Amino acid sequence: MNKIANRQVICEVLMDKAKEDKDIVVLCSDSRGSASLAPFAEAFPEQFVEVGIAEQNLVSIAAGLAKCGKKAFAASPASFVSTRSYEQAKIDCAYSNTNVTLIGISGGVSYGALGMSHHSAQDIAAMSAIPNMRVYLPSDRFQTKHLMEALLQDEKPAYIRVGRNPVEDVYYEEYCPFEMDKATVVMEGTDVAIVACGEMVKPAVDAAKLLKEEGISATVVDMYCVKPLDQDTIVKAAESARLVVTVEEHAPMGGLGSMVSQVVGSQCPKTVINMALPDAPVITGTSREVFDYYGLNAEGIVKIIKENI
Amino acid sequence: MGNLKELSYKLRKDVVDMIVEGKGGHIGGDMSAMDILVELYFEQMNISPENMDAPDRDRFIMSKGHSVEALYTVLAEKGFFPIEQVIKEFSKFGSQFIGHPNNKLPGIEMNSGSLGHGLPVSVGMALAGKMDKKDYRVYTVMGDGELAEGSVWEGTMAGNQYKLDNLCAIVDRNRLQISGNTEDVMGHDDLVQRFSSFGWHVISIDGNNYTELKKAFEEARETKGKPTVIIANTIKGCGSSVMENKANWHHKVPNAEEYAQIIKDFQIRKEAAANE
Repeated sequence: MNKIANRQVICEVLMDKAKEDKDIVVLCSDSRGSASLAPFAEAFPEQFVEVGIAEQNLVSIAAGLAKCGKKAFAASPASFVSTRSYEQAKIDCAYSNTNVTLIGISGGVSYGALGMSHHSAQDIAAMSAIPNMRVYLPSDRFQTKHLMEALLQDEKPAYIRVGRNPVEDVYYEEYCPFEMDKATVVMEGTDVAIVACGEMVKPAVDAAKLLKEEGISATVVDMYCVKPLDQDTIVKAAESARLVVTVEEHAPMGGLGSMVSQVVGSQCPKTVINMALPDAPVITGTSREVFDYYGLNAEGIVKIIKENI
Repeated sequence: MGNLKELSYKLRKDVVDMIVEGKGGHIGGDMSAMDILVELYFEQMNISPENMDAPDRDRFIMSKGHSVEALYTVLAEKGFFPIEQVIKEFSKFGSQFIGHPNNKLPGIEMNSGSLGHGLPVSVGMALAGKMDKKDYRVYTVMGDGELAEGSVWEGTMAGNQYKLDNLCAIVDRNRLQISGNTEDVMGHDDLVQRFSSFGWHVISIDGNNYTELKKAFEEARETKGKPTVIIANTIKGCGSSVMENKANWHHKVPNAEEYAQIIKDFQIRKEAAANE
């Protein structure tokens, strides 16, 4: 089992690039530990900005730095940076078009028993609704590395969500196909298309393997790029399937499921089933326990598909 | 000195024409902030259409974005775009000259409109200047009503923490906001003590007086180790008795009779300024 969390990979990429690029600046809101960015702060104190527990300030200061030529990476728990500083993301990053990457750490229900205040089950909906804001949920450590490297190459605002804990690998160090803003088709099948993002990609792949044993052939699409959504890949996967299932660690409204449904409904009508967290504070537990309770695991995905295909 | 004051009345007239033509605008705050902007753009800041992309230029953020009409006239006078175009297009369908700063236009660094953003963004800009060892200065104009936004005080804390002596905030203290007197809405009578307790250098002046404005900006430039805030005590609607100190002129459009009186008042004051 992989022991490296995606947030650690983000730190490693930033440290690697910051050696050469003095314009890379990392900002934290008393979150350097949670974000695994303490090594960056220690190694590059001149390129690190601490703002204290003040997410609005975090995002506005990042935008001001970016406007003056810096590549700003602002890291804070996803629950706070996506909604406490929502307006700063909208105006200072997206509307003013500044080179700020917002890194939402401990996303989704990573904080488990800490309750709804610490869960970010609204971030996809909130961030995606902002013009000029991109939204990414990488599925594993290898993809996270590719994504970070790609984001360092451009100058547009973006929001990334990663979870707190290490996640099982979807890809391999030597094999992680990645094209910026193009979804990765992990498996190809003909009966059902499963579209997932973030930590739900691995259970989707496992579900596809279980389905195969029962003679059901599944496509698995890793939609790490929730916005801009890769519509072509969705349509292609949906057209070759009888049923489309979306899986996400998010509220049932306005997330990946809603977006995929819009595309399928308008371009290649098929039944789409959205698997997501409930429209309610989630049950208390670790993220694993929460996922299992709501059927957001391989067995749960298999069950839904068998019931509906 | 007399020249800037004279110029300010020409620009005030441009603002009124723009608002009449566009059928809306935040006229009262435009008038109170006008002298601050004229002093900044024509005496203090190293900014012009020629150097607007230069890394060493001074930066300005209009945090009270609703006073954009005043900013448009100053930028037009500096040569960023023709004033005739602004007056003709302001607030019209498809226009780039919208009712709050739009950084697709030359000379405007950041978009604003929602209050409480300018100071924290300016902190980031000043911090970048320190990191890059540049000499540029960062200025932001806030409204006094705006100071009720909590994010202003987050930025104030950070300005002190990072000892940003290249940052100068100006509060357009006109004492009126849309609902009435600021002290009745959310009081700010202790502004000097408040900013001082946050570690800032505080200068309180008559914000419609060019001698005092010039002196304050010089003092801010000489203040080391901490940011400066200038509490610019101004008159909302400054320039005409029709509008002065009247809360309902926050965003009123003058009728024909009021327009005639306002322009007449501007002319009288402009002539007086020319003779100073």
